[in-house]
Amino acid sequence: MEYSLKYQDVLSESKKIKPGGRLNRKTDLGNFEKTFKSEITGVIELTPLEKLFQVQIINHDERERFSFKPGQFLMLEVPGFGEIPISISSSPSRRGVVELCIRKSGRVTNFLHKMQRGSHVGIKGPFGTCFPMEKFVNENVLLIAGGLGLAPLRSAIYYVEENRNMFKDISIMYGTNVPGQMLFTYQYETWKKIDGIKLFTIVQNPDKKWEGKVGLITDLFEEITIDASNTHAIVCGPPVMFKFVCNKLNDIGIPMEKMFVSLERRMHCGMGKCCRCNVGSTYTCLSGPVFDYWTVMNLKEAI
Amino acid sequence: MIFKTISKKDFNKFLEILIENNNFFAPQKIAKDKNKKPIYDLREIKNIGDIDFNYDIIKYPPRRFFLPYREVISSFKIENNTWEQNIGYETKVPRVLLGLHPCDINSLNKLDKVLLLGDYPSPYYAIRRKNTFIIGMDCEPKPFCFCRSVGTHTVQHGCDLFLIEIGDSYFMEIFSNIAFDFLKKVKTKDTTKADDDEYKRIRKLKTEKFSAKVDVTDLTKILDMEFQSDVWKEWGDRCLGCGSCARVCPTCYCYGIEEKIDLKFQNAGKLKILHACTLVDFAEVAGGFNFRPEKHIRLKYRYYHKHRGFVEAYEESLCVGCGRCGQACLAGITVPEVISSIRE
Ligand SMILES: Cc1cc2nc3c(=O)[nH]c(=O)nc-3n(C[C@H](O)[C@H](O)[C@H](O)COP(=O)(O)OP(=O)(O)OC[C@H]3O[C@@H](n4cnc5c(N)ncnc54)[C@H](O)[C@@H]3O)c2cc1C
Ligand code: SF4
Ligand code: SF4
Ligand code: FES
Repeated sequence: MEYSLKYQDVLSESKKIKPGGRLNRKTDLGNFEKTFKSEITGVIELTPLEKLFQVQIINHDERERFSFKPGQFLMLEVPGFGEIPISISSSPSRRGVVELCIRKSGRVTNFLHKMQRGSHVGIKGPFGTCFPMEKFVNENVLLIAGGLGLAPLRSAIYYVEENRNMFKDISIMYGTNVPGQMLFTYQYETWKKIDGIKLFTIVQNPDKKWEGKVGLITDLFEEITIDASNTHAIVCGPPVMFKFVCNKLNDIGIPMEKMFVSLERRMHCGMGKCCRCNVGSTYTCLSGPVFDYWTVMNLKEAI
Repeated sequence: MIFKTISKKDFNKFLEILIENNNFFAPQKIAKDKNKKPIYDLREIKNIGDIDFNYDIIKYPPRRFFLPYREVISSFKIENNTWEQNIGYETKVPRVLLGLHPCDINSLNKLDKVLLLGDYPSPYYAIRRKNTFIIGMDCEPKPFCFCRSVGTHTVQHGCDLFLIEIGDSYFMEIFSNIAFDFLKKVKTKDTTKADDDEYKRIRKLKTEKFSAKVDVTDLTKILDMEFQSDVWKEWGDRCLGCGSCARVCPTCYCYGIEEKIDLKFQNAGKLKILHACTLVDFAEVAGGFNFRPEKHIRLKYRYYHKHRGFVEAYEESLCVGCGRCGQACLAGITVPEVISSIRE
């Protein structure tokens, strides 16, 4: 009889892992720490604070397998500096390359802003829930963004643009603090040209050149008439924005279930383990970041 | 379930064989607290004489054998614009832990739910869990134990072997095939009617001994109703936001990631370090915005995660009633007191 315990490699035996007796559900362990090595293939400066990074997975097979839906995010690894959650900003139909709009806000993002074409980063994902575009079919769609919130929304804009005949009227509302913070300004003309898409912008503190509307994003509601009976809305932006915008939408008569918001939380794992993104019983990284507003209203401390 | 009895003499023989062949951890006196009472912890031992069978509670939760306070989860070798990743989830040493009480075994079962059965089971945790042989032992309720209230005073699974002292022998519950095989070499007996009766008597006695109690009936709903209650502010005023409660808790698993790089920009490591939701920066996001800036909100969050959120997700609370947090808290904040103040 052998009395020393045998070492068992769980990863290779993961199909039959059985810790401590009864827990014998078959668990398939994955090497979730593995990150896809990716190359920065392009960097576009959007504002002094934000840059758009084009990132391509290097390994051909991994690249072919990677797909995502609008609203999902990935974990971006800068070896030695950190790993951060970043929304995917590009079109889901564009295979092979993702675009990430990144604001300079700390250790990792500062370093990223110094990185050039050709450097390698790691990506994991995609993670999280998406904007449920299939629910919007044959409905009017309201896309409302504040500040950096346009980054995840851009992916949805590409989607409605590419599947234009699936939806009725589409309105994009976008507000920032100052005109210089507006993202993707070079695309506005293209968006406006898409049949039936209306784009409204507003800033809180205009400069001399600004000729558009001045005020809060909620002021844009004066400009449009919304048919509450068949409209879905997506709202992305800083936490303070949700309450005001969603209340406004609710006053108009859009049910909370038809509004979708993307919540930001601190995230260190993206896999429901570190609890940093936890709100009540819900992990923002697993059940979110996209939630319908009804769910959010039922989560304590969500907004 | 297979029950056997073993005399203490034969059990010691069994331990000697295990110690000789394995990395073996058992309770030992490691220090004295401010009241001169001994503090016990699991330490590696080479001699059976070094085991202190009179330990009352293992001060630091056995969680650390599965979820170390800090560990390197991957490392990078960086060269010019590229790098290679090396993932270090392996710990090649199996080990034996002796003396875990029911609350501690149940704490591991709760961790299993998150770390093994979720969408992304953790190989780091799994490898340690799978390679650890656990011998549990029954205990005497201390004044601060309320495991009975949360139903964790008995063991249903999660260890290999569980012992209850009956006179000069142990009544053994054998949970795993490895334990069954290991025991073949020593003398064990099938249980008799008298053994079973003694087992029941001892268990009944234990159940009656609990002095601390927590009423968890409808707690999820009551917590929701009292979300805005001023009681939280009162507790928050006392709380130091030090995180000691999470440090000693056998079920706390929240963590943070830190990356380190050497001065030559050649080697980088990714460290996973346990964090605590009562610490100020836990829920801070970009731009310095903090979702839980105040102490009472963070303390409340700790209770909501354990007694509401987790219950909603897994039908059980994330507290095993070991009372360690109350013992460790410099402000004297204990779970039974907080919960009863919320219920009032
Ligand atoms: C689902 C999701 C999608 C996101 N999408 C984008 C995006 O498209 N573009 C973008 O620019 N930003 C996005 N963010 C925010 C971005 O993750 C943080 O700004 C980034 O992590 C800051 O990292 P840093 O290391 O540069 O900052 P740090 O030096 O770590 O600190 C700067 C600040 O950011 C906070 N912070 C640190 N780590 C995180 C984290 N993982 N999540 C949130 N806050 C953190 C710190 O507490 C501090 O207040 C997203 C966040 C989430 C949760
Ligand atoms: S919360 Fe306190 S009593 Fe409950 S398991 Fe953790 S340390 Fe033990
Ligand atoms: S409850 Fe006690 S141990 Fe926990 S953070 Fe507050 S003061 Fe520290
Ligand atoms: S990011 Fe770790 S639990 Fe959600």
